[in-house]
Amino acid sequence: MSKSITAKDLNVYYGDFMAVEGVNIEIAARSVTAFIGPSGCGKTTFLRTLNRMHEVLPGARVEGELLLDEDNIYGAGVDPVTVRAMVGMVFQRPNPFPTMSIRDNVLAGYKLNGARLSRSQADDIAEKALRGANLWNEVKDRLDKPGSGLSGGQQQRLCIARTVAVEPDVILMDEPCSALDPISTLAIEDLIAELKEKYTVVIVTHNMQQAARVSEKTAFFNIAGTGKPGKMIEYDETSVIFNNPSNEQTERYVSGKFG
Amino acid sequence: MSETETRENSSQTPTPASVAGPAGPSGQQDPSELIRPRSLTGNVLPKWFLPATAAVGVVVGFVISYLIGGQSVNYALWFVLAAIIYVLLSYLVTRQQLNKRKATDGLWRNLVYVAFVIALIPLISVIWSVVVDGFQGITHSSFWTQDMSQNAARTREQAIHEGEAPMGGGVLHAIIGSLLITLTATIISVPIGLLTSIYLVEYSRGGPLSRGITFFVDVMTGIPSIVAGLFGVAAMQTILVMGNQLGLWSYTAGNYSMGITAAIALCVLMIPVVVRTTEEMLRVVPNELREASYALGVRKWRTVLKVVIPTAISGIAAGVTLAIARVIGETAPILLTAGTLTRVNWDMFAGSMMSLPVYIYQTFRYPFGGPGELAYLSEQRAWGAALVLIMIVMTLNLIARIIANVFAPKKTGR
Repeated sequence: MSKSITAKDLNVYYGDFMAVEGVNIEIAARSVTAFIGPSGCGKTTFLRTLNRMHEVLPGARVEGELLLDEDNIYGAGVDPVTVRAMVGMVFQRPNPFPTMSIRDNVLAGYKLNGARLSRSQADDIAEKALRGANLWNEVKDRLDKPGSGLSGGQQQRLCIARTVAVEPDVILMDEPCSALDPISTLAIEDLIAELKEKYTVVIVTHNMQQAARVSEKTAFFNIAGTGKPGKMIEYDETSVIFNNPSNEQTERYVSGKFG
Repeated sequence: MSETETRENSSQTPTPASVAGPAGPSGQQDPSELIRPRSLTGNVLPKWFLPATAAVGVVVGFVISYLIGGQSVNYALWFVLAAIIYVLLSYLVTRQQLNKRKATDGLWRNLVYVAFVIALIPLISVIWSVVVDGFQGITHSSFWTQDMSQNAARTREQAIHEGEAPMGGGVLHAIIGSLLITLTATIISVPIGLLTSIYLVEYSRGGPLSRGITFFVDVMTGIPSIVAGLFGVAAMQTILVMGNQLGLWSYTAGNYSMGITAAIALCVLMIPVVVRTTEEMLRVVPNELREASYALGVRKWRTVLKVVIPTAISGIAAGVTLAIARVIGETAPILLTAGTLTRVNWDMFAGSMMSLPVYIYQTFRYPFGGPGELAYLSEQRAWGAALVLIMIVMTLNLIARIIANVFAPKKTGR
C-alpha cells in the first residue's frame, strides 16, 4: 500500500522561472512529514510536483528525479493521471463536488472514472472511507444529501474520505486546516495520526504547532528574496527542527524571529 | 435677503433643536452641519409625502390636460404633466422644508423613477395590444387545428359570397414549421457551440486559435440576420450541387427552399450565443473542482464531462433556451430560406415550410380575400400568431428558469 518518496536534485520551473531549486528529500513510507516555511517559498509547489498536479498550469515542468518507491514518476512513458491515482491530494479549501451527494462524493474517484460498482460494493467503500475519515457517525443518516451542506470541517473530512476511498499510496495535504476552526482542526489532526498507519502523509502547514503535533519529520523551506527560487533549507526529525535546528534560518523561523 | 441668510433660514426651519441648539444662530453656516445636522429628528419628510405629491401630480395633470385638450383626455399629455408636476413639487417642497442636498438627491431619484416608468410603457403597451388583439384570433375554433390550405383554395368571390362563417384556417402549419426549424437549428448548434466553448475554456491556453475563435464569435453575434439567411441559401446550394455531382441525390438547381436551409441559417445566429453563454458558465466553475477531480486520478475529458458540465449545466441550459428564444422570432432569414406555405409540411428536406413570424408577415401583408371587408379576419389571425409566438418565448424563458433551479448545485441539506 504505502510507498516512500525520494526526490533527487529536483528543480521546478514555471516557464523560465525557477520556482523551487535542488530539493533532495527522502520520505519514509507510513510516516507524516510536514513542510513549513514562509509564504511563496515553494512548499505548495513542491507538494504539487509529488503527484504532478502542478502540470495543470501551463508551462510548468520539472528537472530531476522523483521516485515513488523505485519508480520515477517523471520517467518517460509515465501518465500523470496514473500518478495522481496513486498519490491523492487534499486541498486548502474543502472542495466537495457541489452536484453530488455525500455518498457520491466519497465514491467520486470510482464514479468519475466510470467504474461500475454494485450497490453493496459501493456501500462498503463509502462506509469504509467515511469511517476512515471519522465522518461516518455524523453523516450516516444523510448520505444522499448534498456534500456542500456540511460544515467546513466536515467537508474537509469528506474530501479526505474521497481521497482515501481510492486507496492511494500517498496522501498529500495542502494546508488542510487553514480554513477550519480549532475543533475541526483537532479532528483532522487526529485523523492524520490514524492515516499514517496505512498511508504516507505529507502535509504543508503554516501552523508550526500543528507541524510539531502531527509530524515525525519536518522540512523547512525558505526563499532568499522575490524572484529567487525556493529551497529546502533543512530536513530532519520534527523534534530536532523545533528544538535544535542546525541551520540558523530554521532556528530564526521556528522561534518566531522572522516570517 | 442675502444668500447666507436664506441658507440659515432653510436649515433652521425644520429642526427645533437648531433654534435652541447650543451654538445658536451664528450668521455663518458651519460646513460640518451639511454632513451632520444638529438634531437627530426633523431631517426627514413624512412617509406619505411622496405618494401624496404623486397623487397631486396625477390630479393636477389630469385637470390641466383636460382643459388644454378641450374637454377630452390626452393620456400622453396627462402623463407628461403629472410627471413634471410630481418631480418639481417634490423638489421644491424638499428644498424648502429640508435642504438643497436632500432636494437634489430626491430630484435624481424621481428622475430615475420617471425613466423607469417611461421604459415600462412600450413593454406593457406591446403585451397589452398583442393580448387584446390576439385573443380574438386564438379563440377561433379553427385557429389551433387547421392550416390555411382551404382558404388559399377559395377565390375572392367565394369568400365574399359565403361570408366569414366558413372562413376557417389557423396557424397549425406555422407552429409545426417554427418548432421543427428551431428544433433542428438547436440540434445542430448546441453540440457545436458547447464543444467550442469547452475548447475555449478547458483546452486552449490563450493561443492564436482561441483568440481568433473569440473574435469571430463576437463578430458573428453582430451580423444581420438576413446575412445569415443568405449564408443558409448559399451553403445549401453548395451542398445540393455537391450531392448532385456525387450522385447522392438529384435536386433541381435553385431548389433550396427547405426547412433544413432555414435551420442552417438560424445556426449562424444561434452558435455565437450558445458559445458566449456557455463559455461564461464554464469559466465560473471553480478551478478547485477540476483539481479535486484530477487529484483523484480522473482524466481530463471525464473531468469536463462529469464535473465541469454538471456544475455549469443550469447556466448552460438557461443560455441555450435563451438562444432558442432569440432565433424563434427571426423572420427575414426564414422567409428567405424556407419561404411560405399554406399547408402543414413535416418534411425538413422537401418543400417550403411556414413559420410563425413569416405567417404573421404574410397574413398581415396579404390578407385572404384581398384588402377588403374580410381582411379583419386575417389580421386577427396575425395577432393571434403573434400572441402564440410571445407565449412560446415566455414558456421557453420559464423553462429556462425551471431548468436553472432544478439543475443548480444543491446549496442546503443541513
